[in-house]
Amino acid sequence: MTAAQAPAPTGGAPRALARPHHRRAGKDLTGTAFLLGFGLRRERLRIAAWLVGITALVLVTTQSIRDLYPTQADLDQAALAAQGNAGAIAFNGPVQGLTTVGGEVAFQSGSFVLVLVALMTLLMVTRCTRAEEESGRTELLRATPLGRNAQTAAALLLVTGMNVVLALVVVVGLVAQGLPVVGTLSFGASSLAVGVVFAAVSLVTAQLVENGRTASGLAGIVLGYAFVLRAIGDIHDARLSWLSPIGWSQKARPFAGERWWPFVVPAGVTVALLLVAHALAGRRDWGAGLAPARPGPGRAAPGLGRPLGLALRLDRATVLGWSGALVVLGVAYGSIAEDVDSFVKDNQTLRDLFAGAGGPSLIDSYFATATMVLALVACCCPVQILQHARAEETSQHAELVLATPTGRVHWLAAQLLVAWAGSLVVLVAGGLGAGVPYALETGHWARVPTLVGAALAYLPALWLVAAVAVGLFGLVPGALGIVWVGVVGCFVVGFLGPVLKLPHWVRQLSPFEQAPHLPAAQVSITPLVVQGATALVLVAWGLLAFRSRDVG
Amino acid sequence: MNSDTKHTDADRTHDDGRDADGDPGAVISITGLVKSFGRTRALDGLDLQVARGEVHGFLGPNGAGKTTTIRILLGLLRADRGRCRLLGGDPWQDAVALHRRLVYVPGEVNLWPKLTGGEVIDALARLRGDLDDTRRDELLERFELDPTKRTRSYSKGNRQKVALVAALASRAELLLLDEPTSGLDPLMEAVFQDCVRDLKAQGRTVLLSSHILAEVEALCDRVTIVRAGRVLRSGTLPELRTRSRTSVGALTDRPAADLDRVAGVDGLHLDGNHATFTVDDGHLAEVMQLLLGHGLRALTSQPPTLEELFLGSYEPAGTLR
Repeated sequence: MTAAQAPAPTGGAPRALARPHHRRAGKDLTGTAFLLGFGLRRERLRIAAWLVGITALVLVTTQSIRDLYPTQADLDQAALAAQGNAGAIAFNGPVQGLTTVGGEVAFQSGSFVLVLVALMTLLMVTRCTRAEEESGRTELLRATPLGRNAQTAAALLLVTGMNVVLALVVVVGLVAQGLPVVGTLSFGASSLAVGVVFAAVSLVTAQLVENGRTASGLAGIVLGYAFVLRAIGDIHDARLSWLSPIGWSQKARPFAGERWWPFVVPAGVTVALLLVAHALAGRRDWGAGLAPARPGPGRAAPGLGRPLGLALRLDRATVLGWSGALVVLGVAYGSIAEDVDSFVKDNQTLRDLFAGAGGPSLIDSYFATATMVLALVACCCPVQILQHARAEETSQHAELVLATPTGRVHWLAAQLLVAWAGSLVVLVAGGLGAGVPYALETGHWARVPTLVGAALAYLPALWLVAAVAVGLFGLVPGALGIVWVGVVGCFVVGFLGPVLKLPHWVRQLSPFEQAPHLPAAQVSITPLVVQGATALVLVAWGLLAFRSRDVG
Repeated sequence: MNSDTKHTDADRTHDDGRDADGDPGAVISITGLVKSFGRTRALDGLDLQVARGEVHGFLGPNGAGKTTTIRILLGLLRADRGRCRLLGGDPWQDAVALHRRLVYVPGEVNLWPKLTGGEVIDALARLRGDLDDTRRDELLERFELDPTKRTRSYSKGNRQKVALVAALASRAELLLLDEPTSGLDPLMEAVFQDCVRDLKAQGRTVLLSSHILAEVEALCDRVTIVRAGRVLRSGTLPELRTRSRTSVGALTDRPAADLDRVAGVDGLHLDGNHATFTVDDGHLAEVMQLLLGHGLRALTSQPPTLEELFLGSYEPAGTLR
């Protein structure tokens, strides 16, 4: 209490105030071990699902690559083909060491796995920090003798531990499959590096905003930029990849002449971000974001008085966020599309290879793949909206609405309508994002409507996914999360379907495989009609089931 | 509305033939309600009658089944067994039509964190199709609520006020209030009580689930006390009191030692000529005779407080009556 006695000349006060703060710093971590154990116990299923899922994906891909390219000649040919395939490079990463099995594994599954690792990390960090704080549960814990930074530290330890275990398991698994030890270690380290960087990124975003979903959304935007920057970097200008956490890991060249010094970059960035997070955390109040809460309107806009208006208001940020993500992703794919042609022009062998195929043009194939990826990402939007509907129910917001003369079907249908309309908006955003930069570069403005149309060919698929969510919502609301497993399944089929040599019927389970892959394929109406009809049946079923179950 | 009326008439005739205790004019009429969640039996044959125009107190400890009952009345949950009529309709089948005529304040008010208090009040009122701007503004002022704040930043009491203003601003004939004042300060509690008295004066019906006995005592015409999904007692406060024990203090000329021989007398404490004890109402006359025989000089008697009724009701079932 010397601070109170000091007559506080301007220079002296900060030092006096700083002292008790400094003294307490050692105790800021009290209880971290307890919280870590608590988090492990609470999240054990989720942690296991992520670790098993990602490991299985890597190991199965490796085995499939062995089966797919049994001889060195096969590998050499695949390497040659990949060199000319700008599309594949944009999705997978730089062409390096492809004449080895390890190099193929890093190429085929590498960037997909790194994105999954980043997602796993950022979702878990937000779950253990900002989402907990927002729910008010932390308040109970904060009142116990726990240090100010204990929760952050526990979350950081938890996700770092997850990433270390994942890297170790992957290394052991790949070595057991006969891949070189050094390359495997480098592969594991690159996954760990991405995980740790995104742990730090999401700890920063968790300090910025009050809402858990917004916090993970912000970290997701960083992930999107990381993916897009390295895609452009791998095609256009390798220097851009140095701005991307995913790029850093690929610069370590696992299985392709490993280099260890690039890991200095993620290590340095992680430390810097953690310092930023710590500084931000010390500057804000419990439960608050960095920006002070501003007052809002005292009266409601007219639309809010209807279930549809309410759903629109609550979900508009979700639709806008995913639209923005799709525009960025579309622009990334659209702006490198022109290089697809030049890649082939430079290479006589490849030109012969593709000219002989007699199929769709290379640029059409490229855009078809790009559009499918856009549609896959877009489908997260309606799924998230319907998961939000379930959150409305469990958080008892639905109770308030359903106690008014609003029927249950009306309430749920309004949210489905927003999800379906949101699907349309997000797909159009992706199509425009891909088409406009390409048209600007090449003058082929006719491509714009073609690409928007190609994206919209996936609209019934998105509606079907939303309908599955509504069906689950009505029948087994507690299991709505399963729909995300389906979404991940569609991603796996879409990205790794050919490599994994999944049977045709398994791949056809994904609505994204059933849909015509425009502009490289013929327009076919039948699958769209079938998807639309299935969606309607599922929706009707879900709505009826919701009418006859308990709410809450 | 047409099909609604049909329902009502058909059901009334049906009920009259079957049920003696069910008042056909009742706003809420529940008999033998059963609801289980997995192995937990939340309601175990609950009965509840609420007449038009009354403020009915719904008392019980945590987990007694009050909220479950209200959720069944709202058609959010479906009862496993039993008969449940609300405003002459079936709460599950006719939910939408019935909800035009009632408002609800949940016990735990969770609001959309992004919206402001004013937006929530307007949205709920418009969803009901019944927004009285003057009344709304007057209530905002009486409850001292700032409608421009995001609900995320409201305290528990302020969230409660949002739900209360939205409910009290309506013209609904029935109000289902589930512990509506938990979290309000005493000043706001008083404002709330004034509002409920206004409602009563207008002839509207209120089901008030509560823990706050003083509030129930101050507001309610009739009370139903529940525990473990069953009704322990139900009636007007005077009725409940007369069916209970009265505390008596008596000063007599001679020590009234033989009081303990009277059945129904309990807790007898003799201090010379001064006796204190409790007696159940069935033996009050006998006790008075005996006291007069000892030369009664002064007498105090106290009816049980609601708290005593409440606590008495929670004794294991065997010790009742």
